[in-house]
Amino acid sequence: MLDHIGGHYPYYFLAALMVIGFYGMLSKRNLVKKTVGMSILQSAIILFWLVAAYKHEATVPVYDQALGLADPSRYINPLPHTLMLTAIVVAVVTLGVAFALIIRIYQTYRSLDESVILDQIE
Amino acid sequence: MISSHTPVLIPLGFLVAGLLVPLAGALRRRLAPAVAVGATGLVAAVSLAGLARVASEGPIRYRLGGWAPPMGIELVLDPLSAFMASVVACVALVVLVHSLRVVEHENPDQAVPFYAAAMIYLTGLTGMTLTGDLFNLYVFLEISSLSGYALLGLGNRRAPLSAFRYLTLGTAGASFYLLGLAFLYLETGTLNMADMARILPLVPERSVLAVGLVFMTVGMGLKMALFPLHGWLPDAYTNAASTSTALVAPIGTKVAAYVLLRLFFFVLGPEAARGELPLLAAVGYLGAAGVIWGSLMAITKSELKRMLAYSSVAQVGYIAVGIGLGSPLGFIGAVLHTVNHACMKACLFLVSANLRMRQAHTHIPRFDQHLRRAMPWSMAAFALAALSMIGLPPTAGFFSKWYLALAALEQSNWVFLGTLLASSLLNAVYFFRVLERIYLIRPADPGSADVPHETGALALREVGGSMLVTTVFLAVSLLALGLLNAWIVTHLIRPMLPAGL
Repeated sequence: MLDHIGGHYPYYFLAALMVIGFYGMLSKRNLVKKTVGMSILQSAIILFWLVAAYKHEATVPVYDQALGLADPSRYINPLPHTLMLTAIVVAVVTLGVAFALIIRIYQTYRSLDESVILDQIE
Repeated sequence: MISSHTPVLIPLGFLVAGLLVPLAGALRRRLAPAVAVGATGLVAAVSLAGLARVASEGPIRYRLGGWAPPMGIELVLDPLSAFMASVVACVALVVLVHSLRVVEHENPDQAVPFYAAAMIYLTGLTGMTLTGDLFNLYVFLEISSLSGYALLGLGNRRAPLSAFRYLTLGTAGASFYLLGLAFLYLETGTLNMADMARILPLVPERSVLAVGLVFMTVGMGLKMALFPLHGWLPDAYTNAASTSTALVAPIGTKVAAYVLLRLFFFVLGPEAARGELPLLAAVGYLGAAGVIWGSLMAITKSELKRMLAYSSVAQVGYIAVGIGLGSPLGFIGAVLHTVNHACMKACLFLVSANLRMRQAHTHIPRFDQHLRRAMPWSMAAFALAALSMIGLPPTAGFFSKWYLALAALEQSNWVFLGTLLASSLLNAVYFFRVLERIYLIRPADPGSADVPHETGALALREVGGSMLVTTVFLAVSLLALGLLNAWIVTHLIRPMLPAGL
């Protein structure tokens, strides 16, 4: 049991992070806090890819004389990291669009509290 | 020479147009819509030519940057993706021609950004249909979603808030897709769809695959507004500007449905999707629940655009039912309903845009006979599209429901068959309610039908040139799709049936 936790603790941590992010998105009334929750969820998923691609005592995938080319298990697979670079860009752009919308909402309602805004709409 | 590059030309055409529109707009504001419509017309022509070529000569695979598939990204133009790309480009062309006057009327200041966002949106959608790489699909999904939020954020006072809600839920959906993809990638070590389809049956850890596939299905379900994940849709569609809705509603959710088709039948394989993990059945039953729920909610709404938005939830349900049946007839029904519903919904939302232009409202209790006298062609188009939604022959809607019903009968699935029949009745309830007002209810004030309405002479005119032609064109296309359905099914949809279905 302890071995299992010792080997897998990042996954438990990331699962908790995802739940926290999702909870923030769903239950916070403030739109900026919702956005923070969304960002936490995205980061947790990006970290999940990175943690899953990590190998103990392996190195960056650049040819190293000491390691040679014979043993690929000594190099970390670069693809997930590259993909997550794209995903990070996507996450940043999403944040940008979210903040643009939040600014528009604030200009219209002078508030970022969802219940206050909904009261004004009624 | 050009034809072997067709797969990349379709999204690239939209992308280049997305860059050219702001430049043209900076030069002369009137130039921006012309560039957008011209580019969409070109891409529609290219995708139709691609469809014809694929039908005669087989799929085209395009290697981006010359890198061979398992390492590099490939774009695949096979019968299914060529068909979807053609539907997206053609419907977008009609809607954009219609939009020329509407945008000028509703948001003249935002015309240039609107057309730029529309081009990027179409880049994302056609990219999603054409890509043969699952991570590339995520990137195109986010491209289309982000510009979709921008498009739907344009509208009345409430539009930014409903667009923000769509953004949070849409981002959750895309994140779930990415999380699910991580499980699949870690088990198979590939992102290429064809490669994944080859490796997936060999993976011993079935439970990991199941978790990944469920996450991906939930993510796509959010994007296609599959019941009960449809919460964002009604507000976003109702509050957005007329043209944004007319552009997003017919094709946006369909492409997410296409991704599910691709994922279940081409990557996972029908056997696995049906068997060890009842994913198909889950999607089908959720779709059936969405059909009933969407129709019931549509009946209670008194605002035309909101009613149409809920009816979209129901119509996406039909496609999900077709996917869920997991048989050749169900597949045909789902694909046929994709194109039929794209044309029907586009036509209905164009009529609602025409109404907003001339009447400045789309509140159903205020409809009466003078609408029919003032706008006979728009109302005739509405009636035809409504009959198609209900599913009366020989309109297009009848035939896709017919295939779905046949598929349900074939498997003796009485729940789905009952759902299809009941939903036709429910559709009839909410559309005849509107048609009754337009064609039978006399105006409250007996004289007001003949003398100009209080909003002025403008209110009594039919909409002009480009708007009328596009609306009527879509309505006529519903008849054409209905009459030509046998040809479409034999020549276009049968060849796309995946092996093993």
